[in-house]
Amino acid sequence: MDFGFIFSSAAGELFSPTTAAYALAALGLAVHFGYSGLLNFGQAGFMAVGAYGFAISTLSFGVPFFIGLLIAVVCSSIFALLLGIPTLRLRADYLAIVTIAAAEIVRYIVTTNQLTSVTGSANGLAAFEGGFYAMNPFPEGSYLGMNNRDFFIRVVGWGLVIVCCTLVWLLMRSPWGRVLKGIREDENAVRSLGKNVYAYKMQALVIGGVLGALAGMVFTLPRGAVQPANYGTELTFFLYTVLLLGGLGTVLGPVVGAMIFWVVLSLTQGILYGLIESGAVTWLNTVQAGQLRYILVGVALMLLMIFRPQGVFGNKKELAFA
Amino acid sequence: MSEQLNVPTEGNTEKIDYMTDSRPIAAGEATPGCKKRDPIVVAENVTRSFGGINAVDVEYLEIPRHKITALIGPNGAGKTTLFNLLTGFDMPNSGKWQFEGNSLAGVSPYKVARMGMVRTFQLTKVMGKLTVMENMRLGGSEQPGERLSKALFKGLWGGREKEITAQANVLLEKFKLDVKKDDYAASLSGGQRKLLEMARSLMVRPKLVMLDEPMAGVNPALTQSLLDHIKNLKAEGMTVLFVEHDMNMVRHIADWVVVMAEGKIVAEGPPVDVMKNPAVIDAYLGAHHDVDLGDAEGIKELAAELVADEESIVGTEDAGIIAIDVVAGEPDETEPRKKETE
Repeated sequence: MDFGFIFSSAAGELFSPTTAAYALAALGLAVHFGYSGLLNFGQAGFMAVGAYGFAISTLSFGVPFFIGLLIAVVCSSIFALLLGIPTLRLRADYLAIVTIAAAEIVRYIVTTNQLTSVTGSANGLAAFEGGFYAMNPFPEGSYLGMNNRDFFIRVVGWGLVIVCCTLVWLLMRSPWGRVLKGIREDENAVRSLGKNVYAYKMQALVIGGVLGALAGMVFTLPRGAVQPANYGTELTFFLYTVLLLGGLGTVLGPVVGAMIFWVVLSLTQGILYGLIESGAVTWLNTVQAGQLRYILVGVALMLLMIFRPQGVFGNKKELAFA
Repeated sequence: MSEQLNVPTEGNTEKIDYMTDSRPIAAGEATPGCKKRDPIVVAENVTRSFGGINAVDVEYLEIPRHKITALIGPNGAGKTTLFNLLTGFDMPNSGKWQFEGNSLAGVSPYKVARMGMVRTFQLTKVMGKLTVMENMRLGGSEQPGERLSKALFKGLWGGREKEITAQANVLLEKFKLDVKKDDYAASLSGGQRKLLEMARSLMVRPKLVMLDEPMAGVNPALTQSLLDHIKNLKAEGMTVLFVEHDMNMVRHIADWVVVMAEGKIVAEGPPVDVMKNPAVIDAYLGAHHDVDLGDAEGIKELAAELVADEESIVGTEDAGIIAIDVVAGEPDETEPRKKETE
């Protein structure tokens, strides 16, 4: 077994664009669930709206990159408003039901054959990333063992993560964030103190949704393709795993959670494949091993919830009274 | 004990000390639904029914300004529902009500609070995972940093935050929570949470404070200081409306008592008069309610009263055993019941 390769590919996951995308999307969930108590089970839907919003506006309307980005952000905001207007006045669980359904609706709409000319149906869309890579300031060459394209998307993705984390941190230490945390604890009490709870929840839903849309773009750009299969319900649950790994009401939690998630996935895959190839494990083939590592992620999450329920960065004291 | 100093206040209208203001509260007779000299809240024909049961059916009610009004009544009388209706947390089936002349029909709870009418809850609501200080700051009003557009820039809200913190420190000290300032609110005891909730509602600088059972669960040592705090609210120009079952508290601090039963206002008046009202005694207080069993004097007093009471077996030869007529059947009802009205 080539441990050098296993560890280097696991380390590569630390700063991969996909990890950045997961970190961003989980940060959006932290704004929703960790800080405001909004049970959003449709973060995959927000990511899909962002990715498709960008891809369709680029391919069908030929808009420049930044207009496409703006359209993606606006689309996800509208998506958030559509979900929020009927449900945010109700109890938290209604939002959960509506978001999980809405995310599936989005996925089915982009999969329908009638819309193939626009959405590419199940095959999805490709070749929309030209505008992005045209902005690449790095000349060709090797950067830390990556080509200039891979390096550029990492710089942009992680730059975005840093900017978004800073913004969320600034927001959450402000009185605005305090009202959100109050809403998470007891919205009627906050209401009785003269705060417009509905407006705050809506703002939080939109902000988290926009983070999800940005994550969707960071997710698709390095792939050069957007496919509906990538935005299934399991993506949302992976994001919740990431959030719980890192710690709910924290800014760095989602980032570290995403890193742990992908490193663990990569490590388990490398080790299992290595064991199979070397003949040490005969009762498993590589396809099964691919499934098994998700089972291991589940087990890891269970262990985490039992032994460190507040996540890596969470505050133990906050959980003492849960 | 609730006699107040009879300072003549006529011709002294410029500055009134609300603590010693002894002008009459009612404009006329103290009957249920009477007009007040200076009402802050006026409710008319407010009804709310839950599945055919009229939880609240208030024909007319005025809450006097700058006074402490107690709302009493048996369980299920509709006191908390009335609170919910007045503060917008629940919508009535009919009726109109106003606060300082502004109609409150259909106004959402947060706007009611901003108008200066702030409530607490019977089941205490503190933000457990925020510190006591953060709980207090949450009550602060006019904090520009609570707007999303300004939240990012500390320069825009830091100044107001300092003022709010100073205000919170003063209140926390008054309520003896200053040592708990940096603890999570969830670590507080039930009584401390009551205190925190009350202190937090005062952060809004309300004109009318509505307290739903402020004394429930507060330890007796704290009760006295809490009573003083509530009294002092009046000195600061606030009006207080509270629901309470503790009759001693009502007697000590209330200027006016409103009695509800089955959703209706059955009696109103100064505490001394209301507690002598036969309807109130029947509906709620029960006989011998005016004896404080908390001290030895009170127990002696009760014993003496019971001996004098013809219905009681205390002091007769049956004392200490169950009256035979109770066991044998219906008690003898031929004698007209006597209330110990003086």
